[in-house]
Amino acid sequence: MSYDGMALLQQFLLVLAALVLFSAFSLLAQARLVSAIHAFAWQGALVAGVTTVIAVAGRLPHLYFSAALTLALKALLIPWILHRLVRRLELDRHVESLWRPALTIMAAVALVIFSYWLVLPIVEQELTFTRNIVAISLAVVLIGLLMMVMRQQAVIQVLGFMSMENGLFLAAVSATAGMPLVVELGVAFDVLVAMVLFGMFFFQIRESIDSLDVDRLNRLTESRGDGE
Amino acid sequence: MDHLVTSGAWGLALLQALLYAALGPLLVGWIRKVKAVLQNRRGASVLQPYRDLRKLLMKEARVAHTASPLFRAAPYVVFGATWLAAATVPLVAVDLPTAAIADIIALVGLLALARFFLALAGMDVGTAFGGMGASREMLVSALAEPAMLMAVFTLAMTAHSTNLATVVDYHLTGSIVLRPSFLFAFAGLILVAIAETGRIPVDNPATHLELTMIHEAMLLEYSGRHLALMEWAAQIKLVLYGALIANVFFPWGIARSLWPSAVAVGLVAIVLKLLTLGAALAVAETVLAKMRLFRAPAFLNLALLMSLLGLLSHVILGVRA
Repeated sequence: MSYDGMALLQQFLLVLAALVLFSAFSLLAQARLVSAIHAFAWQGALVAGVTTVIAVAGRLPHLYFSAALTLALKALLIPWILHRLVRRLELDRHVESLWRPALTIMAAVALVIFSYWLVLPIVEQELTFTRNIVAISLAVVLIGLLMMVMRQQAVIQVLGFMSMENGLFLAAVSATAGMPLVVELGVAFDVLVAMVLFGMFFFQIRESIDSLDVDRLNRLTESRGDGE
Repeated sequence: MDHLVTSGAWGLALLQALLYAALGPLLVGWIRKVKAVLQNRRGASVLQPYRDLRKLLMKEARVAHTASPLFRAAPYVVFGATWLAAATVPLVAVDLPTAAIADIIALVGLLALARFFLALAGMDVGTAFGGMGASREMLVSALAEPAMLMAVFTLAMTAHSTNLATVVDYHLTGSIVLRPSFLFAFAGLILVAIAETGRIPVDNPATHLELTMIHEAMLLEYSGRHLALMEWAAQIKLVLYGALIANVFFPWGIARSLWPSAVAVGLVAIVLKLLTLGAALAVAETVLAKMRLFRAPAFLNLALLMSLLGLLSHVILGVRA
């Protein structure tokens, strides 16, 4: 079956899913901290949009709740907390350019191809229209991981972690039509608690090494080793 | 009867090619006019580029002492290759015999040929600006070409053909479909078109400032009819990209038969589409500032990423939907 046989709603779903992938790329390549937070908020909103469309197309009313939770938490609350943190840490104008942007982006593209290859057997097994999104959600998870590896700034690493969570949520929604409500609520509160803990960690890190550049944490141990 | 239809089609193809040459200065004049209005100036008449071309064509061509025959031949090669490339892009009607001559990849090749001779001519006289402009042009085009090819492959994979007429026909026959791959290919192709035609974030067509110019730097030594041909080729290239974007992504209105009424509708449609695209370009050029030259690779990286994402989302989200 090609595009032509599909309803407009499902085409809209695919466009939204593709935009989620694009948002993962733009999150990876953002140099400014504040724009990265905005990109993350957009990603959350897009994931919520995908969930809503799946709920409408598959007639799964409990997914409306997940969509509302995602929108409130990942598109509004967490970006707002991060914004406040960044302002209190006086990092609003912080710019950290990506190490070798072209190479990193190509690595992310390779990850997308890898996750497509990985998901191919699952896609071939069943022909529900949401199955194709599994590859994209896996790619979003891997790109979040890549972001945590490539970036040195603690706040951006947290953004990578949160975007991994976005990818996992997308995978759950597209592969199995959503998790049970209890699990979803649990995950949502976990994410929220993690966010608060990260915020406290930011202040701790900053107090001890006077910067949020995580690479400096290695240097401390090295200098102690040199001293002995 | 069959013979008549073929000769009529060839005639229309010839007319379409002439239309490209005729529309080029008009589109540039229109963009300049819209830009002037947006900047609270009155601006020159829309027909000013025609007058400029006529003036240049009537002037005597002066050539530097150090110039080789290549310098004199380059304007004709550049103009010929660009015009031939333009002739293969459907402008008014789809089913023309010229579309069978060259597919999209040959089109990219013809444009590359024109660019190659342009860069050679820039270096030929041995002035500093010419060499600088040529090296910058090669930097931009080396990065823009893969992005353009990726976008083109996305289109070709969807329509199962690299022939432009088939691609356009495929979209017209199918129902209206929202394709994520096309959104990305569209964005990528627009970025490539801006870079390749030397419009604002990459190059500024209105200045001769030595630090920033790319296209103008290569033409500094030209005068008279040579300069006229070079500028005309650049204008045709702009219409070519405009027609490519307009007719591939928004093909509605283009003539699918050779009846005079269909062709008239196609003509009106393409003129409207080009006017809209030109106005959008003028707005973008007014809003955006020119980038530093060393930011251009990042801009073209974005174009490449867009085209790649288009290709990937075609494969991931399209084949087994």
